[in-house]
Order: sequence, then C-alpha cells, then structure tokens
Amino acid sequence: MAALTRSAPSEQERMSHEMGMHTEKLGGRSRQVFFDIDLNEPANGFALPNAYDVDFNKRGEIDASNMPSKNINLRIRELMQDGFGTILIRNPGAKHSIAVGILNRLNLIVDGSLGYFGLGLIDGPNVRISGRVGWSCAENMMSGTILIEKNAGSQFGAAIRGGDLVCKGDVGSRTGIDMKGGTIVVGGNTGAFTGFMMQRGRMVICGNAGKNLGDSMYDGTIYIAGEPASLGVDAVWAAMTDLDKAWLERKLRRYDVTPKGGIDSFRKIVAGKQLWNYDNLEPTEKKLVL
Amino acid sequence: MCGIAGLIHRDGATAVGKEMTAMLSSLRHRGPDSTGFAIYGTSTPNEYVMRLKLAEQEDLAKDHHIRQKIRERQAEVDKMLAELGAETVEVAEATPYAFRYRLRYAGDTRRLATEIEQIEGAEVLSFGSALELIKDLGDASRVSEQYGLGGFRGTHGIGHTRMATESDVDIRSAHPYWAYPYNDIAVVHNGQITNYWIMRREMERLGHRFMSNCDSELLAVYTANNLEQGATLEDSLRASIKDIDGVFTYVVATENELGMAKDTMAAKPMVLFESDNLVALASEEVAIRAIVPREIDTSDPYDEEVRVWQR
Repeated sequence: MAALTRSAPSEQERMSHEMGMHTEKLGGRSRQVFFDIDLNEPANGFALPNAYDVDFNKRGEIDASNMPSKNINLRIRELMQDGFGTILIRNPGAKHSIAVGILNRLNLIVDGSLGYFGLGLIDGPNVRISGRVGWSCAENMMSGTILIEKNAGSQFGAAIRGGDLVCKGDVGSRTGIDMKGGTIVVGGNTGAFTGFMMQRGRMVICGNAGKNLGDSMYDGTIYIAGEPASLGVDAVWAAMTDLDKAWLERKLRRYDVTPKGGIDSFRKIVAGKQLWNYDNLEPTEKKLVL
Repeated sequence: MCGIAGLIHRDGATAVGKEMTAMLSSLRHRGPDSTGFAIYGTSTPNEYVMRLKLAEQEDLAKDHHIRQKIRERQAEVDKMLAELGAETVEVAEATPYAFRYRLRYAGDTRRLATEIEQIEGAEVLSFGSALELIKDLGDASRVSEQYGLGGFRGTHGIGHTRMATESDVDIRSAHPYWAYPYNDIAVVHNGQITNYWIMRREMERLGHRFMSNCDSELLAVYTANNLEQGATLEDSLRASIKDIDGVFTYVVATENELGMAKDTMAAKPMVLFESDNLVALASEEVAIRAIVPREIDTSDPYDEEVRVWQR
C-alpha cells in the first residue's frame, strides 16, 4: 500500500502560512484559525493598526462621472493617504463595487446612488448616501456606520460583523443573510428570507417583511413594527423587555427613523433553537469517539 | 448570468432602438455571447412584419455553399408566402442569413409560420404588426449596428444580453423569444428553469413547437399557451410563478403592454424606475442610468411580484 504523503503546498497555502495563518487539528467540532497581524508592514491600509492618519476637516471630492469603479476606489485610497478625512463622491451613477475595502476612519459622502457590492468589506468609515444602493451593499462590513436615504437591493448587509447599516427606504430580499454581528435598520419594508441563517446582531424593521422572516436563524434578535408574511423555520416570537425598548429608542433616534406606531409597535423575534445540533456528534466523529 | 432590460414610453414614440442599445450595452458584462431586441414601432393596418433567419451565423464559416443554400431557401420562402396568399410588400436583408419581410396577410399566423419552418434552416423569429425582433451573436452595439437599430422609433421594447449556461451559443438560443404563434409577443428571461423538460413535454403534448433547447424558450411557449386559453398577460405571469420551478425574472412585451414576473425566491435581480412618462426596468440600475442620466428613485420588485404596464 502506497504511503499517504501530502503534496507540496500550493502558492496560496505557502503565503497563508507565511502570514501566520494555519489550521489547528480539528478538536471536536471546533476549528481555530490564528492570524498574526504584522505591525511592521508598510502603511497601506491593510490593517487598522496601520491605517492612514486622516484629518476629518480636510475635505476632498471625486467626480465619478467618467471614472471606472477601480479608479474611483484607487482615488479614495490616494486621498486618504494624503490625509483627507472627508471625501465627497459626486455622480456615482449606480456603478458597482464603489468604496469597497476601506479599512480606515473616514467620513464618506455619496451624492447619488451606488450599484451592486457597494461598501463591501469596510471596517471603520462613516458613510452617508443620498440615493439608493444595489444588491449586496456592505457585505462583510466590520465596523462604522452607513446611512442610506432611499431604497436598497437584496442581500443588504449580508454577513456583516459589526457597525450600523441603516436604510431609510425599502430593501430587497435576504436582508442580513448570515449576519454575525452589528445592527441593520430598515426604515420601510424588507423582502423574503430576511435574517436567513442570522447568527448574531440585531435587525430592526420598521415596516413589513416578506415570507420566512428569520428562517433558520441561530441567534440574534429581529425587531419588527409591521407584519411578516410568515416566520421562517425556528424563528419564534419573544417578549419585549424594557431594555429592548430603551435600546430601540436610542438607536432609532440616532438615525431619525421611527415606525408609524412608535417604539411600542415593535415585536421581537429570536431563534427557537430547535435546529441547534451543537451537542450532537457527526457520524464520522461518532466512529472516532465510540 | 444574463442581463435583461425593458422600457415603455407612455407619451408616444421615441428613439427606442437607440435607448435599448444603450441599456443593453451597459449590461454587456452580464453576458456578451449574444444580444437580442424586441422593439415595438407603429403598426400599419393590414400589414405585418416577419423576421426570419435562414441559417446560423456560424454556418457562414463552416459551409462553403451556404450562401447559395440561403438564396434557395429564400426562394422557397417567397414561393410559400405566395401559396399562402401573403403579399410581400418589402424584403430587406439585415444580414446574409436574416431577413425582414413586410407582408399583407389575412390568414392564420400559426399556419404561415409552421409552413415556413418546414424549409430547411428556416426559423421565424417574430411575426407581428408592431414587433421587430432582432437577435444575433455579439454585444449590443455590434448587433444594433449590424441591424441598423439606431434610428428605430417606437414606444417600447425589451432586450437581453446572454451568458450561455444551459444551451449553445447560437442565434437559436438567443433571446428574446417570440411567443409563437402570437403576433407581437416576446419574452426575455434571466435565470434557470428546473422543471424545463417536464413543462416542455407538457407543452409539446398540447401541440406547441420548440426550436431550441434553451430553457427560456419555455416561457415564451408557456405564455403563448396561456394566451391561447384566454388568459390576460397578467394572469399568465401570475400563473407562471406557481407553474415554473427554478430561479427566474422575466419580462414580456405585447403590442401595448410590458410585464414582468419574479420567482418565489427573488433570486434574480430587477431594478425598476417608474415615472409618469416612462417605465424602465433592468437587471442593474446602470442600464436605467444609460437612458435616464440623472438621480432617480428606483426600487426592487419583491418575490412573486408581477407588474404590467400599458403604453
């Protein structure tokens, strides 16, 4: 029988290892991944400890009329590098992937609308958008605030980890899918499968929701002032507490969003936790243990 | 992925060919394999426009005798039209393999289309009093230029940029699809239909014909079947959400209407702009911005949403 040997690591694996990332041997059902930030790396904005030193009173402008998305993003980075802490983007024209990967404190003002994947992977900026945003806005957002004055498309705030993501209008389907933290506020209605597989964080819906609200949610809290078309699997109603109301009051006041019926119109949805299987061993693990 | 777009003007005819070209050009990244337009002009009483192709574009490169064959096929078409009592008013050769016939005809459209499609290589792409259906390989600007759409005036239209996933890269599999044999009805679709073969067999048992293996063609045939049963466009769109499985957003145009339907999962995108004079919809807002270059309010239709607009 031939010996089992591991093939040479791929270039991607080699780079991962050099960056300090490696996977520990699986112990039970947990998997730990370590990541060492190299504090000596050049200040390219890759990690927060090396973020650009910006002055919020220093204001720059970008006219995006005739610029492709890549150049707009490069220009944002150049301005931050030069210390601009407030950036105004004019004429974004609903282009895709604008203002992604900003890992810096920044006041970003968008005069207009963004297309798909806007503001993805951001960590830190405060963003105001006078128009609307397309699908997958703020995907994987880590921190900061985003305030959108008009509507948003589907997958709004998919997998966000932190920060406040606020849309004053209506949003599409699968809002907050897989969210792992942070807060999503919807001033209007939201579509089907909102909060699908939500794992942590809070979602506030001032209007109605489509079918299967909170489907398969692991954890987290959904507040809704209107009516959901239906609750998803394992999403259950829970009692509102004074703490819930106080938190909602403060959070919504900050963004000037309030449902027609006021704070008292909110109800709360949480995970029923009937789908939890964390204490059950997988078949392969049973073989090892038994 | 595919990109779809549509628009309808409520205040008369405009340069709809140019507008649809601009919309589809901005969706090029969603699929450059083929592009198609179904645009609606002004109808002339008792006159019809028939668009047909007598070969695939790729045949030109593969078959040395194809031009001769096309001439022979066209002669057969002319003979067939005469036999069926159709008076040919004008014939235009849009490309070496695609033709536009202006006809006077009072007979049965289905019979005419069926008889013509008996001719080898012939496919009737559209038939109607207002509809002009053009589709070919390449992106929107290429197809538009090839067929001279820039100067086309009309009230509404739909279009499609295709990224081939379920079937071949050829004109047969390109959108829009004419809802054979109904005058002036065309369909574009973004998505995948998972009960295609079941539904196709059902439609074939009812006597409908399919020209391709593209799942999107099913929507055109299905719409035609519903209209044949007396359904309105809105009825048909609503019924499709229950009858068709898969992920889809599709748009249908008739002589006077524009309609859309979205599946139960809302998995495929659609952005909608509505004003008093214009309704425009597309897979991405950039396509709408291509014809409305100012800040506008847009929205996303929800799951199972059906909308119909009149011109």
